[in-house]
Order: sequence, then structure tokens, then C-alpha cells
Amino acid sequence: MSKAFVAGTGMTAFGTFPDRRGRDMFAEAGLAALDDAGLGPEDIDEVFYGNFIGTLAENQGHQGPLAAEALGTTAPSRRVESACASSGLAIRDAVRAVRSGEADVVVAGGMERMSNMGTAGATDGLARAADDLFEIRSGVTFPAAYALMARAYFDEFGGEREDLAHIAVKNHDNALVNDHAHLQEEITVDDVLESPEIAAPLTLYDACPISDGAAALVLLSPSYAEEHGLDSGVAITGSGHGGDTMALQDRQSLATAPATRDAAEEAYDDAGISPDDVGLVEVHDCFTIAEVLALEGLGLYSYGEAIGAARRGETCRDGDLPVNLSGGLKAKGHPVGATGAAQVAAVRNLLTGTHPRADAVGEDVTVGLAHNAGGTVASAAVHVLEVTR
Amino acid sequence: MTDTQDGSYDAFLDALEAGDGYYYECADGHALVPPRRVCPHCGDRELERVELPETGSIVTHTTVAVPTPQFEDDAPYVTAIATFGQVKLTGILRDVDPNDVEIGQEVTVTIDTAETTDDRTITFDRHS
Repeated sequence: MSKAFVAGTGMTAFGTFPDRRGRDMFAEAGLAALDDAGLGPEDIDEVFYGNFIGTLAENQGHQGPLAAEALGTTAPSRRVESACASSGLAIRDAVRAVRSGEADVVVAGGMERMSNMGTAGATDGLARAADDLFEIRSGVTFPAAYALMARAYFDEFGGEREDLAHIAVKNHDNALVNDHAHLQEEITVDDVLESPEIAAPLTLYDACPISDGAAALVLLSPSYAEEHGLDSGVAITGSGHGGDTMALQDRQSLATAPATRDAAEEAYDDAGISPDDVGLVEVHDCFTIAEVLALEGLGLYSYGEAIGAARRGETCRDGDLPVNLSGGLKAKGHPVGATGAAQVAAVRNLLTGTHPRADAVGEDVTVGLAHNAGGTVASAAVHVLEVTR
Repeated sequence: MTDTQDGSYDAFLDALEAGDGYYYECADGHALVPPRRVCPHCGDRELERVELPETGSIVTHTTVAVPTPQFEDDAPYVTAIATFGQVKLTGILRDVDPNDVEIGQEVTVTIDTAETTDDRTITFDRHS
């Protein structure tokens, strides 16, 4: 299949901005992406905008046109909602539009504003990514859902809380130089182990923060890029999307993420690569255990092996396979609807050398992966990015 | 929390409450929690109603310290997933010390109301 050039990236700082309206945050990110690409609003064919709970947080439905307006256009637009995978799937739809030949210049991104809801309100809102009838009504919060998977993982494959704590420490450490990160705070394994329990066995430091923010990409068709001399040097060459049952109780295994596996296999096939080709990864670590499930689902580790990867140093900056050099959701922050786009932006900038952690990327690395998960991985989006010159 | 009636879901809760719990099994042997019209794993529509075993076994659990507003007065509480034969249910394990909960423990299922909202909730009891 053809590729989609990533011509521009933009993001707001991720953090706590309860007074900033979503349209303003998306304008900042989207206009930065356009500037980065050297294009203007008049060039945009279509806008794909990821957002999860804007109907609750901002009392706002039908957000697509607002997202387009924020970029200075009334081009056709839509909101894509798939919980935490909203903008990963907005990107997938954007890539399809470019590949089909129906669009040459698209903006794909997303925004979430949650801190204005307070901790209880945001906990309530985030729980909506689970099954209302069979999970929310049985007291399952979002941290609780991942806690259920963490305990099932320990039971099936082994591992302990300290293994998870090393993932949090690594991702916090990676974010220290990232000025767009929500948490620039060095932590220790003991800090994680001793932080308050949210949903046992997970504690506060196993969880990503409740973040506000926006991220955006400008994607181009190869013909447009060639015609206008805009080969940005990095393109999305593979895209995959996997699905699973909404509720955990309906799954065969509670300790694996088959939707990630399916999305990854599709994306690898699409790009014509194998997991061995991947040199850096941004994965969906909304909770520490989620990084483990992701690495195994992506085929980068065998089942039961990724739990110790950070503790052994393999996924650290100087390890064989750096994971979440941006700080991940854990420390960079997780404005839900913006996360998938921020991950692809990070991979692109790590590959082009413009990311603050790009010095950790080996010179021989030409393939990066972005993995975005929705709910308890009932939705997964995987994108392969490759250096094109 | 909500007054919304969810017809066939409520009927399932009624059955659990009356001790007449059931689940569906498709021709390929997939076990499904009602309500369902079709098996999400294989698309089969010929779902056979099967009696829910009286006791289940905990496959995973968590103790929720930070709840949603709907469970504010209930926290901390234990939510567990238990397997009843082939089918798994998610519920709140009542009247237990969270430290005493373990994978593999046997439970029975019933319906209780959440303290905060009075909403009906799938509830497990330790089977002694």
C-alpha cells in the first residue's frame, strides 16, 4: 500500500488547564502542525478529530466543525470516538482517506479536557469507556479494570508490583527533558510502592495523570508531497486496527490483549515489516500493566516476558528497545482524545531527531511504532512509521 | 443513579435475584452473559439457555479505593470477576475483608443494592 507522509506535528503542553476550552487547545496544536508542515488552512481537504468525553466535560457534541474552525477552515470534519484510542483511530481514518486518493492534505488529531471535571467527575467520565451494564454498575472504575487485568496477569504469568514500579520510574525519567510533559518529576521504585492504592494492586503512581491537552498531525499523500516538495522524511507505512469484546468478563484471557495483537499483525503486514525491524515504540501505558500487555500484544515480547523488561533495563533509554521515550501516558500525560496523535507525533520527531529524547535513538533505527488502546483494549490502533530518506 | 429501564438486562438481574441464573451457549460452545441475540465470537444466533452453576470461582479481583460518584459511600469495596462454569460475571464481593480475598475462592451470586445509589448491583457472597 502507499504511504502517508507525516508533514507536520503539533501539540500543546499536557497538564492541568481547567480554564482552557478544547477548541482553543486544538487550535494551538493544529496551527503548530500546519506551521511545521509549511501549509495553511486553505490546503486542508479534511479534518479527523479524536475526542472521548467532550459531551460530558464541555457539554459539547458535534465537535468536528469546531475542530476545523480552530484550524481556520470549514473543511469537512468529523469527531472520532473510541475512548482512549480516539485519535489513533482518527489517524487511521485519515491515512485511509489519503491512501484512497480522496484527500491529499488531512489534519488528524484530538483533544481532551478533563481536569475541569474534578477527580470524581473525571473518574466517572473515564469509566464510560467500560461496559455500563456489566462493569460500571459492578463498581468497575478505569483503574479497577486494569487492576483486574494486572492481578490476572500475575496469576497467569507471574510478576509483582515491583516489576510494574520500574515501568513508572522509567517513563517518569524519560519525561524529565520533555517540556510538554504533564509530570516532570523523578520518582523511585519505593515512591510507587508506597503511594496510595487506587485499585489494588495498582497505586497512584501506577496510573497516568488526569490531563488536558491537544495534539495534531498533518498527513499528505505521496503525490501531493512530491508535487509540492514536501517529503518530510517520515511516513506512516502501516496501519492496523483490532477489536475485542467490550467487557473483560466476555474474554477468554484477562491477561492478554488480542486486539493489540490483531492491530499489530495488520500494521506489520501493511508495512511489510516484522517486529524485529522496530527500533523504538510509544505504547499505551495508561497504567503500568498496560505497557506490559502492549509489548506482548505487539509481538515484541513473548507472553509473560515483558513484565520484567523495564526492571532488566531492556526498555530503558539505553536498552535494546527504548519504550515510551516521550514519557508515555504515564508521565507525558494522557489527555485521552489527544493521546494517539501525540504518540505518532513523538515517534515522528524521535525519528527525525527533533524530539528532546532523540539522542536515545540509535543511528540505525528507521522504524518506529505507535500503539494506542481504547477501553480495556477493546479497541487498538497500531501505526508503523518509517524514515523515507 | 439512573431510572432507565433496561428490559432484558433487568430480566437477567431478576433471574439472578430469584436464584434462577442462566447464561447462553452458542453452537460453537461460547458461553455468553445475557442479554444477547448473537454470539460476538462467531455470529451464531442459535443461543441455548443454560442454567448458571450455583457456585463460581474468583478469577481476579481488585479493591477500589477511588470510586465513581455512584459508589462514593460503598468504597472501599471489592470488585471481582468470577467464572461460573464456562461463563464469567463481574460483581461486588460483599461482607469481606479485602485482605482475605484470593483467586480461586468460591462465591455465589445474588443482587444487592449499592449503598450510594440504591441501584441494583450484581453481588457475590463468599461460599462457605
